[in-house]
Amino acid sequence: MYRAAQAGDRRHLPKKLWTHQPLVGLETVRPVGDAGEVSTTTAPFAEVASSNAALRAFLHGLPGVDRVGADARAAMLGTRSIKTTAKAQAIDLAISMVDLTTLEGADTPGKVRAMCAKAVHPDPTDPSVPRVAAVCVYPDLVATAVRALDGSGVKVASVATAFPSGRSSLDVKVTDTALAVAAGAAEIDMVIDRGAFLSGDYLKVFEEIVAVKAACGAGGAQGEHSAHLKVILETGELATYDNVRRASWLAMLAGADFIKTSTGKVQPAATLPVTLIMLEAVRDFRLRTGRVVGVKPAGGIRTTKDAIKNLVLVNETVGADWLTPDLFRLGASTLLNDLLMQRQKMATGRYAGPDYFTLD
Amino acid sequence: MFEYAPAPESREIVDIKPSYGLFIGGEWVDSQGDTHHKTINPASEEVLAEVAWATEADVDRAVQAARTAFTTWSALPGSERAKYIFRIARIIQERSRELAILETLDNGKPIRESRDVDLPLVAAHFFYYAGWADKLGYAGFGPDPRPLGVAGQVIPWNFPLLMLAWKIAPALACGNTVVLKPAETTPLTALAFADICRQADLPPGVVNIVTGAGETGAALVNHPGVDKVAFTGSTEVGRMIARSVAGTGKKLSLELGGKAANIVFEDAALDQAVEGIVNGIFFNQGHVCCAGSRLLVQESVADEVLDALKRRLSTLRLGDPMDKNTDIGAINSAAQLAKIRELAEAGVNEGAERWSPACPIPERGFWFPPTVFTGVAQSHRIAREEIFGPVLSVLTFRTPAEAVEKANNTPYGLSAGIWTEKGSRILWMADRLRAGVVWANTFNRFDPTSPFGGYKESGYGREGGRHGLEAYLAV
Amino acid sequence: MSERLAVRKTYKLFIGGAFPRSESGRSYAVTSSKGDFLANAAKGSRKDARDAVAAARKAFPGWSSATPYNRGQILYRVAEMLEGRRAQFAAELVDADGVTAKKAGELVDAAVDRLVWYAGWSDKIGAIRGAANPVAGPYFNLSTVEPTGVVAVIAPPMGPLLGLVSVIAPVIVTGNTCVVVASERAPLPSITLAEVLATSDLPGGVVNILTGSAGEIAPWLAGHMDVNAIDLTGADADLAVRCEELAAENLKRVLRPPLDRIDWLADPGMDRMTAFLETKTVWHPIGV
Repeated sequence: MYRAAQAGDRRHLPKKLWTHQPLVGLETVRPVGDAGEVSTTTAPFAEVASSNAALRAFLHGLPGVDRVGADARAAMLGTRSIKTTAKAQAIDLAISMVDLTTLEGADTPGKVRAMCAKAVHPDPTDPSVPRVAAVCVYPDLVATAVRALDGSGVKVASVATAFPSGRSSLDVKVTDTALAVAAGAAEIDMVIDRGAFLSGDYLKVFEEIVAVKAACGAGGAQGEHSAHLKVILETGELATYDNVRRASWLAMLAGADFIKTSTGKVQPAATLPVTLIMLEAVRDFRLRTGRVVGVKPAGGIRTTKDAIKNLVLVNETVGADWLTPDLFRLGASTLLNDLLMQRQKMATGRYAGPDYFTLD
Repeated sequence: MFEYAPAPESREIVDIKPSYGLFIGGEWVDSQGDTHHKTINPASEEVLAEVAWATEADVDRAVQAARTAFTTWSALPGSERAKYIFRIARIIQERSRELAILETLDNGKPIRESRDVDLPLVAAHFFYYAGWADKLGYAGFGPDPRPLGVAGQVIPWNFPLLMLAWKIAPALACGNTVVLKPAETTPLTALAFADICRQADLPPGVVNIVTGAGETGAALVNHPGVDKVAFTGSTEVGRMIARSVAGTGKKLSLELGGKAANIVFEDAALDQAVEGIVNGIFFNQGHVCCAGSRLLVQESVADEVLDALKRRLSTLRLGDPMDKNTDIGAINSAAQLAKIRELAEAGVNEGAERWSPACPIPERGFWFPPTVFTGVAQSHRIAREEIFGPVLSVLTFRTPAEAVEKANNTPYGLSAGIWTEKGSRILWMADRLRAGVVWANTFNRFDPTSPFGGYKESGYGREGGRHGLEAYLAV
Repeated sequence: MSERLAVRKTYKLFIGGAFPRSESGRSYAVTSSKGDFLANAAKGSRKDARDAVAAARKAFPGWSSATPYNRGQILYRVAEMLEGRRAQFAAELVDADGVTAKKAGELVDAAVDRLVWYAGWSDKIGAIRGAANPVAGPYFNLSTVEPTGVVAVIAPPMGPLLGLVSVIAPVIVTGNTCVVVASERAPLPSITLAEVLATSDLPGGVVNILTGSAGEIAPWLAGHMDVNAIDLTGADADLAVRCEELAAENLKRVLRPPLDRIDWLADPGMDRMTAFLETKTVWHPIGV
């Protein structure tokens, strides 16, 4: 049902293919998560999804990415030296951007509740530590997390759509999403169908995102509630940077509020160059459409140094506008304690030890 | 919102003496003249040290020392020479942080570049040529190629230690001895290298360092005891040297100026092309002979490329070269700054449109903001003359043939850049560009294994690789 | 019945594939080694040199971009044509150098063989002088050789055929074009060689031959800003120094005259080719 409705809406929209000129008259930035109006938010590019051929022509018309050049740029930004006050600022910013994640078969309500406590008060001994942005769990544990975080300001994100492989029917994916939304998830981290993407069926990927986006806004028990959609590209399986750029655009065109690198289940996950390319994509997308899309590297970000490198990447690629948890997240499970240790080192001048930070 | 706090590299680990003599015959000696020169930090105008300016008599003494050393050095088995050069490479690696700091203090280049580009390449160059010393018979110059004798080498201030490495490493590997004159504004790392030679127990006289200005250089180049002259610097001086060695039989290699075209096609990988443009002309403040100082951009994407370029330039961080986050350091000297200013003024006067990002300029020292000229015509001085500063001239083209024609329309021929995702076009362009180095989808890459050098008035001879040996062998 | 009166050849210049007289209208008497009058040769001028450079420059793009296989075949064709005129050249050498007919024949044979030798280099020099450089990074890095451009050649006064062929062939086989100042003393074989070149599929302008005074013409070529290199093999010491100084103006590549007398019959080695080659290094990233 989702597919038919969305596809029908798009076809009458004006034709505007990729152009090197900024598209005029598109200053209006739609509120993110404005489900149901997905196609109008990307109206200038609506025609590109009129057929798989059109979508392919558009995505393959994007400027290429030279891997070596992108790697070199990311490596250079990785040499930025962030010290003293800047480091203190970066650590708190990074903490506030963490999507504290547990995505294990062994997850239990108890594990999730413990993680939620940590999310709200990352360091119980220091109330000046900001809370994290969100916790990220499987759909069946959303309700537990929602209860544990009630009133805390920490959002609940749920993976969905047959995470992590995405190998199921669209109906299952939509139902999976609807269940999580109904359970109170404020954010949905969906996976794209990499098989469809790699086989060139871009329209299938597009339509699935549109359908899941619609399911995010379906409301469920809470009626007006609509969830934020993060689209996981699983860049480790897309293999090339050209594909990362194309998948980023595909997701944004289909209505993603965020584009996310990885599930964390595939290596390589969030590498700096991949995040760089996705940041360039959201930068260019805003330039063309006026719509602002967030970026979430996830998987493999374990140290404060990694986190700060990501912030530098944001700062020097898209600018300070994106240095907010609304538009940049760090998907991680072990990163938080390293951030806390570094934070304490800065406060006390002594190197910290892991025994002084909770393992949750 | 996210301001980087100052992250200055410490200068505590460098030990700069108040004054330096000359390094001749393995000893520090006083100049026989009494002219001294204060070398300054161009970022602060602070005096770093006082350096002797070698006289003709000093140069003569250095050449004699090199001549004496040549007998034994050239007779050493190549494998023994190799080990000395390997030693030097290792000591450079061990002392690379100190040398990087020294380079940045004396030259004004950002510590990030001296640390991540200059010093690794310096060590790599010695390591590479060390390995050649006992394999010269396999290099394609006959079974037992002989060295030339005493090499007089004059190097510029833009990559002081790297240019020293490019000169000294192949010279020693081939069995020559050396008298090297560093640039007048950047003598300190060459003087530190003299100390490295001592630490390596290099036989006295194999490497001699004479500091000074143009007159010292002329005395060296014109010395009858010199068998080989190697010069990197301006085409103007190169011309003078070529004239002065006429009839002497001295072998000459010259690495001179450039006015490279960096050619961006409409199908380029845009973000990397923009990085390449930035790296092409703003690396080392544009003090690069092979800098991509002319941007030739296909007209169909000119606006888009320029917008992206300007956005990117706005993120460049100009300031204290010792700050680890600085992208653009100081101009090396007041004289160079005056020259850059003069040419930039000419650009404005000739009708080109000048643009620089908003960037605060420090009060002391020599600074020039990253500058882009649009609306530049082939006839403008800024499109023809080497500025040797952070100034980019933007021209447009319509077809590949026009790009080639404009790129080649210069007396220089050192380097060129091509940005396109189409392989056959890269090769078509590379074939037609009259330049010694062509970077396709990259720019300003260097490697000791890779020959570097120019066509036409950019000089002759190649440095790097097997080709680099030829300049130091009697072939 | 009296002997038939021979039809003599008018020796002119060879520029752009044509045989013009000197624009100056000058000529000079060429004599045999015994002092007998042989012919009047054109006495080339600075303007002839200028025209020859223009012709060489015009021919450069086509010749330098011809395939090495093609250039090799054309040089081989020159050898074939020379072989066909063996008797004529031998006679000219007897006149010019006073050598025996046998020796003259050997010298012509050597010149033919020299051309064949260089013809084979056309598609091999790149493999010998180029390189795939193993740089420390993800880059494909290739050095190839390219011709320097327009080369001025001061041909040796001795060896009016073998010496001449030995300085022209290495210059053009790699794709350069040239302006040659022939032996002033014995210029006639050079113009006969030009007739060979003109009938050997060699594009006009690739080789241009001026007869006359090297001392007069060479400095104009050495100072010419559209000449990329100069071979001073045939210049005497004073002229060589003067030309090298003039050549500095646009940083011409200079091949200095040899210190010792050249044995033109010896293995020539690669030096005469490599002196007029540029090395171009192309970098490209390696990535997916």
